[in-house]
Amino acid sequence: MSLLTVDNLEVSFVTRNGTHKAVKGVSFTVETQQITAIIGESGSGKSVSCYALLGLIPSPPGRIDGGSAQFQGQNLLTLSEAELRKIRGSDVAMIFQDPMTCLNPYLTIGEQLIEPLLIHRNLSRADAKTRAIELLDEVGIRSPNSTFDSFPHEFSGGMRQRVMIAMALINEPKLLIADEPTTALDVTIQAQILRLIADLQKNRDIGVLFISHDLAVVSDIADQIVVMEQGEVVESGSPDTIFNHAQHPYTQKLLAAIPSGEREEPAAKNQALINVCNLRTWFQPNAKAEPVKAVDDVSFDIYRGEILGLVGESGSGKSTLGRSIMRLAPITSGQVTFDETHLTGLEGRNLKEFRSRMQMIFQDPFASLNPRMTVYDTLAEPLLLHGICQRANLDRHIAKLMDDVGLARNFIRKYPHEFSGGQRQRIAIGRALATQPEFIVADEPVSALDVTIQAQILDLLMALGREHNLTMLFVSHDMAVIRHIADRVLVMYHGKIVEAGPVKQVFNNPAEPYTQSLLSSIPGAAIM
Amino acid sequence: MTTLQASEPVDLLEHAEQGASLWRDAWQRLRKNKMAVGGGITLLLFILMALLTPWLAPYSYEAQNLDLGASPPSAAHWLGTDVFGRDVLTQVMYGGRVSLAVGFIATAVALLIGVTWGAVAGYVGGRVDAVMMRIVDILYALPFMIFIVLLMVVFGRNVLLLFLAIGAVEWLTMARIMRSQVQSLRQQEFVEAAISLGLSPAAIIRRHVIPNALGPIIVYTTLTIPSVMLLEAFLSFLGLGIQPPESSWGLLINYGVETMEEYPWLLIFPGLALTTTLFSLNFLGDGLRDALDVRGSKD
Amino acid sequence: MLRFIISRLLQAIPVIFIVITATFFLVRAAPGGPFDAEKVVLPEVKRALEAQYKLDLPLHEQYFAYLSDLAQGELGPSFKYPGRSVNEILFSGLPVTAELGFYALLIALIIGVTAGVFASLKPNTRQDYIPMGLAMIGICMPSFLLGPLLVLVFGIYLEWLPISGWGSIPGDKILPSITLGAAYAAYVARLSRAGMLEILSQDYIRTARAKGLPEWQVVGKHALRGGLIPVVAFLGPAFAGLLAGSFVVETIFQIPGLGRFYVQAAFNRDYTMILGTTVFLSSLIVLFNLISDVAAAWLNPRLRSQLSGGGQ
Repeated sequence: MSLLTVDNLEVSFVTRNGTHKAVKGVSFTVETQQITAIIGESGSGKSVSCYALLGLIPSPPGRIDGGSAQFQGQNLLTLSEAELRKIRGSDVAMIFQDPMTCLNPYLTIGEQLIEPLLIHRNLSRADAKTRAIELLDEVGIRSPNSTFDSFPHEFSGGMRQRVMIAMALINEPKLLIADEPTTALDVTIQAQILRLIADLQKNRDIGVLFISHDLAVVSDIADQIVVMEQGEVVESGSPDTIFNHAQHPYTQKLLAAIPSGEREEPAAKNQALINVCNLRTWFQPNAKAEPVKAVDDVSFDIYRGEILGLVGESGSGKSTLGRSIMRLAPITSGQVTFDETHLTGLEGRNLKEFRSRMQMIFQDPFASLNPRMTVYDTLAEPLLLHGICQRANLDRHIAKLMDDVGLARNFIRKYPHEFSGGQRQRIAIGRALATQPEFIVADEPVSALDVTIQAQILDLLMALGREHNLTMLFVSHDMAVIRHIADRVLVMYHGKIVEAGPVKQVFNNPAEPYTQSLLSSIPGAAIM
Repeated sequence: MTTLQASEPVDLLEHAEQGASLWRDAWQRLRKNKMAVGGGITLLLFILMALLTPWLAPYSYEAQNLDLGASPPSAAHWLGTDVFGRDVLTQVMYGGRVSLAVGFIATAVALLIGVTWGAVAGYVGGRVDAVMMRIVDILYALPFMIFIVLLMVVFGRNVLLLFLAIGAVEWLTMARIMRSQVQSLRQQEFVEAAISLGLSPAAIIRRHVIPNALGPIIVYTTLTIPSVMLLEAFLSFLGLGIQPPESSWGLLINYGVETMEEYPWLLIFPGLALTTTLFSLNFLGDGLRDALDVRGSKD
Repeated sequence: MLRFIISRLLQAIPVIFIVITATFFLVRAAPGGPFDAEKVVLPEVKRALEAQYKLDLPLHEQYFAYLSDLAQGELGPSFKYPGRSVNEILFSGLPVTAELGFYALLIALIIGVTAGVFASLKPNTRQDYIPMGLAMIGICMPSFLLGPLLVLVFGIYLEWLPISGWGSIPGDKILPSITLGAAYAAYVARLSRAGMLEILSQDYIRTARAKGLPEWQVVGKHALRGGLIPVVAFLGPAFAGLLAGSFVVETIFQIPGLGRFYVQAAFNRDYTMILGTTVFLSSLIVLFNLISDVAAAWLNPRLRSQLSGGGQ
């Protein structure tokens, strides 16, 4: 018998604007000693399904409409809150997406760790502490004794996620529900946490329900994969079936969206459009403190017509580097030369002129558009500012931009909040193209998007790059995306460029240990 | 990808669907909030009444009727009369003119100083910001209530001084809100996008910063008016604010308290006028806060 | 943490200094000398009085004399009550006002926090609307109106409670304390509701529920601490407000406290008294702001460790 059998689960949210069916008859099973992964994009209902099992969806507005969830001879969906509480944190435990916000900042880590033991086991505090310290050690925390009395803010995201895992496992649960446990983490940390979860699962004979948007992540660890779309299960099966014999078009679409492969070896283009020389961008948090060396003595060229990938983990300084080239971050020293002009010294009118030749696409499509301007106004602003067109021709130019980025023309009077993330990113791309730039800095332009949308936007960027003969600096934390889109790649670590070269060379024969560790952390080696 | 011919006519805006701006959304939400709408209507009525008092008031402001003396509400005097036989409704209407004027003018003073100060500090940043905000911090720590009392004692009870003094207290919070708005907006990606388009700072402030900072400012302004009116009433009650022959609700309440055992209506009606206005403003402010989705500016 | 406290104290010193200086010169700049209102004073008597109060010295010397007196904790003699020093008057009123303020604050915190937390647990239901509606009344009903109304109802019509005095008749402390505390109970209720709602929507509350904690522990142990930090930070401003409120409440209920003395001094133009009381009350307010700031920072472990990490 399966550890957990969910049958025909239905969940809806009742709001003033009507009833929204979030989960429409979902069925799946979790076997003991196995990892079952639920895959889906945002809005697929994957998280809601799992939260509903433990009575953790806020109600109202959430409501379970039907179905059953058999776990150890009980139907979880019909249990009372008090009965569910006995199961939560003892037989079924959870870990969540963002370890930075999931631990209580006001309580010590020890206090939070022993809570499940105190409620479910009636252990004495001393015994609970011993147990907690053992577990901290097991999840790879180096000094468990001092960690016990520390507060969460003293730890990095990866460490906090280890604490969360220890907390979930402290009562020896039969079932562990992990909701995107590595999405908020850097790629090397993600690899460590995935390995930890897989090891713990094997050592302890538990079943794991692993929720993720990322097929690649899941491919490394899952025994069973359930694919969800818009509240329904469209396909499920073993990783082999899903990856090699997918039946449902949506699964095929998801698979196709995984960035893979490399671009053709580019023709030798080495006429530099931009030259960055000994660039330093340091931040001084306050007068006495050591400066933060976000970008520290960096030199490289960007060739005309190429897409240069810039890859690094959070805090590597990759975004600051992009913003420094755009003159959005104050440069401490060094030189940026654009088509033989020193950008660093430009001011006023001269700088404005240059602004039209280089544009930026930002990460968060929700923050990069002024919420109070229509698409029309957003696109008209650069056109009129730089005299790209006359007022009389304005509509025609805007229509052309809308066509270019693949947006319907009759959206023109709508506001940003009326669009989806992918559509907004298209508007932002349109705005960047409006000034007819030669060079574009794309700062993580797809990392806030769903996988299938991500693939569309990447295709759009590549097509526009070709069509307008753009030069691009593509900043990303995602090795697979960089490999897919870039001609050459720079690897950044602690403010310095540690490795540079054509994509093929860097990805196949990395010279630096850091690059090697980055590459070995890329999830989904099995399906690449 | 379709390419557009230069000759192809484009009537882009005509066929486009009209989008819903955030302002319109907020207005829709506000309209659904019964308390806020009620507050807004009541407030409008009070303002109208204050503006039209000289024409609406049933008696003249000075008219006395010593023979009548204090009388309870009646057909001739809807809200009764005071010990000099003066009509309470007339008194309350004229008092309301002063109370509302103090509320609105002092708030306007605070708004002007605070928004300018905060916007400059937030946009210029760096050392200028540090100095400007340190000044605000120091002023914040001053016990202003006591200072205003002191000012009133020293310079006599002067309405103009009252405006200035109250405005001087209230601008501090306004400056802080505006600064934090501008600072957080400055870091928004759409402002960075505007910078990289080459827009001038003035245009960025006008087109991108102010429209987005307006919400919190509107909400806080609405909530500042009642606190200013309370302050005025407080001082007038102590005999340190508005003085006769001018009148205000606070002053009327002060008189009412002296004789409340015999003539409770002299206390109740001015009190009712003041609380109703404060209620309206607070409900409207809370409604605006929800409608404009402004978080934790004041409480 | 100690360094934080010291640096805050150092910031407070200029504030108090500004208060002293501004108050001193404001009072001296007042039109009409302190004895002008007296009927007829013989010139020699007036001179003698002025000498006694050091009014014959040049202004800057008066100022420095005043500062040096202050440094010794000496606020000078009262103009209007010859023979009594400002210190004596202040310290006779202080215990009364302190007691009144304490009761009012107690009422504000107990009622306010209870109502606010209660409302935050079921937002947008009756359990939220009723206490928050009452809080709105508390905010819109100023103490100078609430006090007289309470007197009218409970003192005069129902004759349940005494309507004036402090500590002379049993029960005479009830109405003043409620009058002073009501508005602050309302503010505290709104603050704690907002703070709790903010915290209750945090991810770590979901974590706590996922552990199987009973709801009272989720609220009491995980949410309350963070949710009430705004209330703690509000205590400083609330203290200043309570002092100002005591002007009104002590006047209405004829309570011999600091507030009433201050208002009387203002009316009598008792300059040394005004000066002394302003300096004294301001210092108290600055001190309480400091305490509530430090307490609020102390409650936040992240700030606490940053602060104890030294003033880097």
